[in-house]
Amino acid sequence: MVDVLRFRDDASADEPAVTLDAFVGQSNALSVRIEAGEDVRLLIPHLGRIRLIEVAFPTFRDGRGYSAARILREAGYRGELKAVGDVLVDQLPFMRRCGFDSFMPDAPLDTAAVERALGRYDHAYQKAADGRPPVWALRHD
Amino acid sequence: MYKYDQYDQAIVDARVEEFRDQVERRLSGALSEDQFKPLRLMNGLYLQLHAYMLRVAIPYGTLDSRQMRMLATIARKYDRGYGHFTTRQNIQYNWIKLADAPDILADLATVEMHAIQTSGNCIRNISSDQFAGAAAEEVADPRPWAELLRQWSTFHPEFSYLPRKFKIAVVASDQDRAAVRLHDIGLQIVRNDAGAPGFRVFVGGGMGRTPMVAPEIRSFLPTADFLSYVEAILRVYNRYGRRDNIYKARIKILVHELGAEEFTRQVEAEFPLVKALGLDAPEAEFARIAAFFADPAFEAGLADELDLADPDFAAWAKQNVHPHKTPGYAIATISLKPVGGIPGDASADQIDLMADLAERYSFNELRVTHAQNIVLPHVRKADLYALWQQLEAAGLATPNLDLVSDIIACPGLDYCSLANARSIPVAQKIARRFADLDRQRDLGELKLKISGCINACGHHHAGHIGILGVDRKGEENYQLLLGGSGAEDASLAKIVGPGFSEDGIVDAVEKAIERYRAIRQDGERFLDTYRRVGVEPFKEAIYG
Repeated sequence: MVDVLRFRDDASADEPAVTLDAFVGQSNALSVRIEAGEDVRLLIPHLGRIRLIEVAFPTFRDGRGYSAARILREAGYRGELKAVGDVLVDQLPFMRRCGFDSFMPDAPLDTAAVERALGRYDHAYQKAADGRPPVWALRHD
Repeated sequence: MYKYDQYDQAIVDARVEEFRDQVERRLSGALSEDQFKPLRLMNGLYLQLHAYMLRVAIPYGTLDSRQMRMLATIARKYDRGYGHFTTRQNIQYNWIKLADAPDILADLATVEMHAIQTSGNCIRNISSDQFAGAAAEEVADPRPWAELLRQWSTFHPEFSYLPRKFKIAVVASDQDRAAVRLHDIGLQIVRNDAGAPGFRVFVGGGMGRTPMVAPEIRSFLPTADFLSYVEAILRVYNRYGRRDNIYKARIKILVHELGAEEFTRQVEAEFPLVKALGLDAPEAEFARIAAFFADPAFEAGLADELDLADPDFAAWAKQNVHPHKTPGYAIATISLKPVGGIPGDASADQIDLMADLAERYSFNELRVTHAQNIVLPHVRKADLYALWQQLEAAGLATPNLDLVSDIIACPGLDYCSLANARSIPVAQKIARRFADLDRQRDLGELKLKISGCINACGHHHAGHIGILGVDRKGEENYQLLLGGSGAEDASLAKIVGPGFSEDGIVDAVEKAIERYRAIRQDGERFLDTYRRVGVEPFKEAIYG
């Protein structure tokens, strides 16, 4: 079983993440936590100096965090993007495609199940934030 | 017809293995039912009153004989020898065992089929015009666009946990046979003044407990922006659609609460950001897909006349056959609405027979309609009589297309765990009451639609006559609605007055219809008369 998953080589940010409100009003924080429903675009002017953005999944059924992640990656954010909360094995592949590169689930995940889930699909139909070429690009290369 | 390449096949095969893994983890207890539920739903597996129900996708309602035969095989092997064609152009099996589901998906994958996203809060099976590629009046074949959407929406990483389910329909004709304005997104292919194809885009229609006709948010979307624009709509919805109340979570509520203008503004603001990502498939990919939908090898110079000497055949040909774009050919609709039958049901033997007939007479192609019938899209007129004889022998030649007994009905309380009332027995009683075909023909086009609960799977809001089953103090009670349409003249039916018992609703329907007969003017359909005179004369006939 695994408590934290991380797909980055750099050191983890060690300071606690502040709320979006606190971040916007306090210019020196490097880590911020986005709750579901908050407008992640407020961070875009500050992306260059942020090391860690946590995106909360209050329940796995709440899919707003997927849009939040893609918007951040599309805006050029390269720091750590962590899915936090009700993060489950079967949603990991979608989260990875949307640009999440670390995970802190409420409950530990089964390592073998995670490996199977992340390795299952060789191809994806659509372009997302993981740099994988969509099937249409493979067809016409 | 579209054919899978190695990528399509690899994705569907991987899905089978993924679901097998998920079912094993569910059976071992590693996944809770709460965690498993959305996963099984995204593979079309519902837990109903008596068993699991599996809904298999028939993308845009098009399939070939080999696929149709597999549907019969599954009905025999894993169900009770029946299948039920649905209002989303899919097929459902009502008596499935959870442990069999992965094997069924594996069998489907051998014929390029699946159950992906036939349920769940994700983008559902794309629906379309059942006459696509055959209709005389269409601007273009809508199915290549529907296939492009199918691929784009399959396992979309951002849009698989939407606030609620999401349904898209594409048509390419002014005659709307897919109810596009009652979809979350409705797309109509049109041509601009320069002759280039593009889309009229409607967003925020739907039925359910809050029915709405979708407003148009773009009058002409260039085809090059197709996927970007749809993606922008979905992103606005995923971010801002309500998640606090399941009954207010559909995009129609967001569009309604923001107003169409503000919603459009938000989509148009998102669109350039999405467009810049380069996620529209290139023209070459569209051309690759479109090539699969090229016309079959129609014969030229066929006789265009029909021998109508046999009156029974003539009645069927008049009612169930439509003009084809190619001289000498016709579109034949097989009614799955025999008097006293279950709307949309077909036995495995009937499914096999329809597959055989498609192979013999329709270039191997079949379509499923949202009115729960089957279409053979490309039949030589010279073959229609032989086709009809074989349908007749199998109980599949009921000449009632678009007549009062061509009823859409949801499974209702006989199967569905959400239902408040039974739908099937009401449909059967109405069909029996109007069993006389001369009477039906005299009444003309009359779309009667029955839902067994407020979720409106039987499209009662869109019925010229709609029936809604409710629970009133523990008793089944049926409300009568009049004046709806799911066609190009889309409108929502309105409740006439107090509800009825099961037998009472059949009487009420008959009274409304008889009033129509008494006051109709030349050539008016039931709906036309209702629109001209309003509800009062009907109310008086029913309650007076």
